[in-house]
Amino acid sequence: MGRYLLRRLLQLVPVFIGTTLMIYSLVWAVPGDPFAGKCGDRACPENYVAAMTEKYHLDEPFFVQYAIYMKNLFMGDFGSTWSGRSVNDIIATSYPNTLKLAAVALLIEAVIGLTAGVLTGLRRNGFLDNLVLISTLFLIALPVFVVGFVLQWLFGVQWEIVKPTVSSEMRFTELILPGFVLGSASMAYVARVARTSIAENRRADYVRTAIAKGLPMRRVVGIHLLRNSLIPVVTLLGTDLGALMGGAIITEGIFGVNGIGRQVLRAIVTKESATVVSIVVVLVLVYLLMNLLVDLLYAALDPRIRYE
Amino acid sequence: MSDILVSEQSAPGADGSGRPSGRLLEVDDLRVEFRTRDGVAKVINGVTYHVDAGETLAVLGESGSGKSVTAQTIMGILDMPPGFVTGGQVRFHGKDMLKMSAEERRRIRGEGIAMIFQDSLSALNPVFTVGFQIAEQFRIRRGMSRADAKKRAIEMLDQVKIPNAKGRFNNFPHQFSGGMRQRAMIAMSLALDPEVLIADEPTTALDVTVQAQIMDLLGELQRERRMGMILITHDLGVVADVADRIAVMYAGRIVEEADVYDLYAKPAHPYTLGLLDSIPRLDEKGQQLRTIKGLPPNLMNIPPGCPFNPRCAMAQPVCREKLPPLLQIGAGRASACHFAEELVNRD
Repeated sequence: MGRYLLRRLLQLVPVFIGTTLMIYSLVWAVPGDPFAGKCGDRACPENYVAAMTEKYHLDEPFFVQYAIYMKNLFMGDFGSTWSGRSVNDIIATSYPNTLKLAAVALLIEAVIGLTAGVLTGLRRNGFLDNLVLISTLFLIALPVFVVGFVLQWLFGVQWEIVKPTVSSEMRFTELILPGFVLGSASMAYVARVARTSIAENRRADYVRTAIAKGLPMRRVVGIHLLRNSLIPVVTLLGTDLGALMGGAIITEGIFGVNGIGRQVLRAIVTKESATVVSIVVVLVLVYLLMNLLVDLLYAALDPRIRYE
Repeated sequence: MSDILVSEQSAPGADGSGRPSGRLLEVDDLRVEFRTRDGVAKVINGVTYHVDAGETLAVLGESGSGKSVTAQTIMGILDMPPGFVTGGQVRFHGKDMLKMSAEERRRIRGEGIAMIFQDSLSALNPVFTVGFQIAEQFRIRRGMSRADAKKRAIEMLDQVKIPNAKGRFNNFPHQFSGGMRQRAMIAMSLALDPEVLIADEPTTALDVTVQAQIMDLLGELQRERRMGMILITHDLGVVADVADRIAVMYAGRIVEEADVYDLYAKPAHPYTLGLLDSIPRLDEKGQQLRTIKGLPPNLMNIPPGCPFNPRCAMAQPVCREKLPPLLQIGAGRASACHFAEELVNRD
């Protein structure tokens, strides 16, 4: 187990170098002048451009730029934007917002998706089953911006149940609607996977044994059946956790959440290589660690899986 | 047919009088069918048997003869739908379980009647330790504390002769060998000290050497605890040592019931005769194995008359027309064959 963990962590090193190099080169290769239109109607003054070029090492060869960037990164300096704001600062302000939104979305996915999946898996072909099947089909088929705008208009504008956008305080109640929008498609998948898994395991021999032991139905379903059926659901939630933590450009945009997704978008538009690379590096690391966490969670859920 | 004692074999108390018969567990004229998209399969067509405290009834038959479905109906673990009980009673201490509430039936499971399944690997929950699954019985059904339940579970593992029971408590089912796993299964089913134990092909999935050990263990525990045991099997070899009586099933009916000795010595149904004949014998080494020709009937379309008639070497015209009832042919034996007497009386 310890050796497995060490090997997995060591695997992060080449992945880390590979992704940073790739992203850095991609941003570097994007055409366009970062100082075009920076100074209003006129072209930027020569001495400003020279100073910025000097400061950001823009006339150095690509690999020198990359090396300087990596050196700073290892010293904990994520670089700065053209206006001089530290990228560390940007991540520190916007990432908590993304994490809060991700947590709410994941909670909604798990609670609603799992409940719907268990109820329909136990009783297939009923009214509820058909309702869930059709509504999940809609959620999977519709792009997130449609779901987002429609729900924002319905709940925020038409019925005025919630405020259409999220305030900077990021209160939990404000996050329910954006969280639902962000998690809607995955919630639908969770419901369907849980439904199939429950329905399949419902007829398993060990469930029959649990009934034959005279255990109450609550316990047969809640302990014996659910524990086995959770394994594929956890896979799904785990991969989704990584994706959610990568920020949600569209959902954050619709509801005005100052999250990491918006910052990436802004940095790409303004061609701030340091910001883009730094944020993506953080996201890649988070994603890899989340995957590792899910793999470890498997072993906890299914004792037949052992990591050597 | 004149000197056969002709009387419908029926369990006392089955006449509708409701008098307690004193029997521990009785299945009375049970009928079960499976309604599927392809049609209705009549799986159990009037099965009657009983088991008393301290005795072992072996239920013998090919796959599809209805022996397991009968057991599942007794336990109340039949998948419904597609299964439907269309008639008959299952009486435990004289009370019809089919009329009980779900809660009443649940309480009987494990405590009154317990069951051992064929494939212990799939019958045990793969994600919980064996100890947890045994201790669960004490915790949930007896309300014991975790520590007490664990102590009792280790005692149970000890009773079924699992070496190092304490150390094995925290093992998962896949960490046990087949034989040890079946022992753990037995420990689990006996935890609540049931009055009746149904063992559904308990040794089929095991090596031959282990089979004998498990059967010996079951026999020993059954005698010690004076349990009634229903041993479901298709293996005539397994039956002889352990069973007191044997009921042979074919196409959802009992075709013969007798004491072990009588049945082996003088079978009173051509199907039983065929089963006994198909046991390989050492003195016929080199010759082809004997089988019963043909296949069991399609349960969606059971032939008229005796269901065994298409495969029967002794079949007469009457067999194709009249369904032979299960008739008593002497003390404690019954046969559902028009020619039972001829069979028993042949040299």
